[in-house]
Formats: sequence, structure tokens, C-alpha cells
Amino acid sequence: MAWFLVCLGILALLVVASIAIGTRTVPVSSILSALGGSDETLDEAVIQVRIPRTVLAIIAGAALAVSGAVFQGVTRNPLADPGILGINMGASLAVVIGLAYFGMSNPNSQIWVAISGAALSAIFVYAVGSLGRGGPTPLKLALAGAATSAALISFVTAVILPRGDIAENVQSWQIGGVGGATFERIWQMLPFIGVGLAICFLSAKSLNSLALGDDVAAGLGEKVAVARGMASLGAVMLAGAATAICGPIGFVGLVVPHLCRLLVGPDHRWLLPFTALTGASLLLAADVVGRIIARPAEIEVGIVTAFIGAPFFIYIVRRQKVRAL
Amino acid sequence: MTTEHLLKAENLSLGYKERTVIEGLELTVTPGKVTAIVGANACGKSTLLRSMSRLLSPRKGQVLLDGKEVHKTAAKELARTLGLLPQSPIAPEGITVTDLVGRGRHPHQGVFSRWSAQDDAAVASALEATHTVELADRAVDELSGGQRQRVWIAMALAQETDLLLLDEPTTFLDVQHQVEVLDLLTDLNRSRGTTVVMVLHDLNLAARYCDQLIAIADGKVHAAGDPADVLTEDMVRAVFGLDSKVITDPTSGGPLMLPIGRHHMVASAAGELPEHRS
Repeated sequence: MAWFLVCLGILALLVVASIAIGTRTVPVSSILSALGGSDETLDEAVIQVRIPRTVLAIIAGAALAVSGAVFQGVTRNPLADPGILGINMGASLAVVIGLAYFGMSNPNSQIWVAISGAALSAIFVYAVGSLGRGGPTPLKLALAGAATSAALISFVTAVILPRGDIAENVQSWQIGGVGGATFERIWQMLPFIGVGLAICFLSAKSLNSLALGDDVAAGLGEKVAVARGMASLGAVMLAGAATAICGPIGFVGLVVPHLCRLLVGPDHRWLLPFTALTGASLLLAADVVGRIIARPAEIEVGIVTAFIGAPFFIYIVRRQKVRAL
Repeated sequence: MTTEHLLKAENLSLGYKERTVIEGLELTVTPGKVTAIVGANACGKSTLLRSMSRLLSPRKGQVLLDGKEVHKTAAKELARTLGLLPQSPIAPEGITVTDLVGRGRHPHQGVFSRWSAQDDAAVASALEATHTVELADRAVDELSGGQRQRVWIAMALAQETDLLLLDEPTTFLDVQHQVEVLDLLTDLNRSRGTTVVMVLHDLNLAARYCDQLIAIADGKVHAAGDPADVLTEDMVRAVFGLDSKVITDPTSGGPLMLPIGRHHMVASAAGELPEHRS
């Protein structure tokens, strides 16, 4: 409970930082007048852009982190993350194909397409990772995901390269960022995030049973396959919707659930809300850092999270208990 | 106290892919007693236990609980009557004993229901019965093998089922912890009236601790009944392909099987050992 308040406090501080700090330095008086709704001066207009950007970072961070926690629970795999499992890339490829060949610029249909792409790649990676002896072990799933991700990235490039007309549009999106946020787009993704979060939170008890192994879960009256499918659906919706709006942002779903497990333990009823809160904070912090370190330019948040996430990934792989989730 | 439930298998056939493991098996578990299932490796005893707890669908025949097919019973409803402790359950990293035992309450909870006083009481009584109260706040990964097994049994107890099925609950345990776990299960059977069905690989411990001994061979029940009637030299030869001497256990008065191998045998072994009543 105390940790919950601490996390909430950190998030609040980061919201203030995200609105106040950027490539352009804005005086406090303009920040306050902009928060009041004014956008007459350039300073105020800058702040008006930072507000939806902050909101999007919070939503996307929470969605990606919860998605990662649920994938880790469903697969009992400490390396599971929508980025590593190739799910974000599946969503990306689907969106890029939609843009390039079907002229699909309507964000609402983009979200549907992204979720479908995410679901397809999730199923594909799980099927490939389950081949051979021992079923879907953590390492095999991660390898299948990495290989699939690499293949999907080259498909994305292959689709974009000959298309100068959409390349610029796609490029910044493809790195993964929250810079282009508008409230209109946020409204469009919100229902998907809402339903995805609801499914994930309602799966918390099932995930707790699945964590004890399939046989114990079944002995406790859990319908193992149904529970897995349901929780995965929620996680795919979150990853797909977040990717449709922000592009593929990796490692948030990997790092945050592990940090939260250290704080609150393995009970998903606590873990998932904490993960949402911490994921929001991490992505927001990464975005603020990306605005500061390369002034006057900005570094997209997807690159910053990769810098944080990659060493963490190696740490988890090297840890002895990698199989023991 | 617990109500008595009748668990039986009728003409049961089980298998994986092309391989048939159990064929045409008939079995009735004596209610309110301790039943042990023994048999050679890969004879299908674990498969049988999985099927009796609804984890594996029969190819033919059926498993009946109080006359109702378990594979057509709702999962949660069955889980309130029949609990299962599989051979290698997984404890999530960092989970505390209380949290793990609490997860046994799953079949008694809905998606929206909150943790109740009844759940608390069930967990407390499970910890007490398994002598794990003092471990309550410890992390499961820090415990010894014997302590951990007691905690898993506590989880199964928190489920508050009248029937408890256990797959080799003593594997990987030192002998003193094997005896400790079997004593504990006997206590539960006697104090709560829980019907216990367990797969064991140690014939002598199985014979000592059960009321009903079931030997499986060739996918069928080879023999079932009072351990003294079932554990015979003929049975050991037929089921395990092993020559043996069965004598009266001087500590329990029940049957005790001594294997006869090719080495370390005294020439007059057969004559000097006291013959078991047969």
C-alpha cells in the first residue's frame, strides 16, 4: 500500500516534469496560462503539445507494461515481452502494409489492423517456440520472438523502401515515440486500452493459478486453455493498440513487471495495477530524458527504452533462476 | 465433518497419441480411507491419477464421482470436492507460504469475489494441520524439500476437498521427510475424514500407510485390497518382475517386502527369514 502511494507520487512528479521540461525552455507563467487553456503565445502552444504527449506516454506505458506482465504470466516465461516476442513488430507490419497498399490512414481501422497483426505474430511465435522437445521454454520463445521480429523488421523495410510517399510518415512512427500525440488519437485508442486492461485485470486470479503449473491450475478448477487464451487476448489488445498509436516501443513490458515483482511479490492482483503505474512512469521518464539529452533535437522514447531495457534483458538471461517463473 | 464420496473408474482406457497406457481398468476407491497405487515405472499410475482428477480425458470408459462423470462436471465444482497435488508443482519465485497456500482457495472464489473470513480460516487451519504456521511469512524457495512438500499439501488442504489425490508426494524427499509427509496424510485422513489417494513408488511405505493397496500392471488393476493380501511375493513377481521375500514388518505388523537380487544374498536366506502370514 505504501509502495502504491510512492509510485503514484513519482508519476505525479514526472507529469509535472513532462509538461515543464522540453527542448524549448518555457517560463512558469506561460505553463500556468497554457494549462488554463490559452495557446496564444509560442510558449503556450508548446505546452499545449506537451499535454497530450504526456497523457499518451502514461497510457502507452501502462498498456505495454501490463501486456508484458500478462505475457510473462501466461507463458510462465521471465523473458516474455510484447517487443521480444515479436508482437509489436507484427502490429507494425500490419499497420505499414495497411498504409502502403490500402491507403489506410483512418486511425481507428489502424488499431484494428495492429491488434490483428499482433495476435497473428503472437500465435506464430508461440507455435514456433513450442516446437521440439520440452515445449515452449523461455529461451526458445525468446529466440523465436527475436527471429520473427528480425524478419518482420525487414518486411517492414521492404514495404516502405519503394514508397517515398509514405516513408516520412512511417519512419518516426516506426522508431516508437509519443511526440505526435493528439487528443483525437488518444480518444480513438482509449476503448481498446480500456477493454484490454479490464480483461487483463479480471484474469489476475487465473494468472495466479497458472503460475503454479498447468496441472495444479487444472486441479484448482481453472480451465487452463481458456484462461490462457483470454489473458493473451487482453495483452495482445494492449500491445496492438499502443503500437498502432506510438509505434513499436520495446522493453517496457520486460523491465517493469520484474521491478514490480521485487516490490510487491508475485500476486497478480497486486502486480498488475502496480505494473500499470510503474510502466506509465517509466515511459514518461524515458520521454522526458529523450527531450533533454540531445538538445535541441529529441530522441524518440523507443530508443531510450531500448537503452534501459537491453542491459536488463541480459541481466535476466544471466540470472540462474531464469527458468523458475 | 466430511461427506463420503465414491470415486470409481469403469472400463477406463487412457493413453497419449498412439500409446495406450491403461486399458479396460476397473477401480473403486474406498471412501474415507487411504489408498495407495503402486506399479512399475511407466505402468500408467500417474496417468490414472491425472484422469481421475479430470486432467486427462478417457479414450473409453469413464471416471465417476458419486455416479457423475468427472469429465462432464464443471471444473470449479469438481475442484471443491476433489483436490490434486501433481508431482512437480511450480512455486513462483519469491512467493510466500501464506500466498501459496491461499491460492488453494481458487475454486471457492469468483472473478469478482473478495477474500473472505472463511478463506482466512481455511488457510490458517491448513497451515496448522501441516505444522507450517511458523513458516507462514517465509519465501517458499528458501524452504527445505520436506518443508516445501508440507506447504504444497497445505495448499491442497486449503482447497477443502473431501478427496485428495497426490502423485508421488514423497519423491525427492529424505527418508525422515517421507515418513513425516505420510504421517501427516494419515493424520488428515483420521482427523478430517479426507479420502486420500496417492501414487507411491516405495512399496513398503505404501503398504504400511494405506488401507487399500492397488497394484497396476499391463494397464489393469492386478490386485486391490488390504495391503497384507495384496503385497505378496507372487504380486511383486508379476507386477515388478522381481523375486522377493515378504515377511512380517516387526515395527508395524504389516507386510514387508525384501527384494532378492543377484548379489549379497546368504545361501540360506529363504529358510531363515520368518514367513509372512499368507
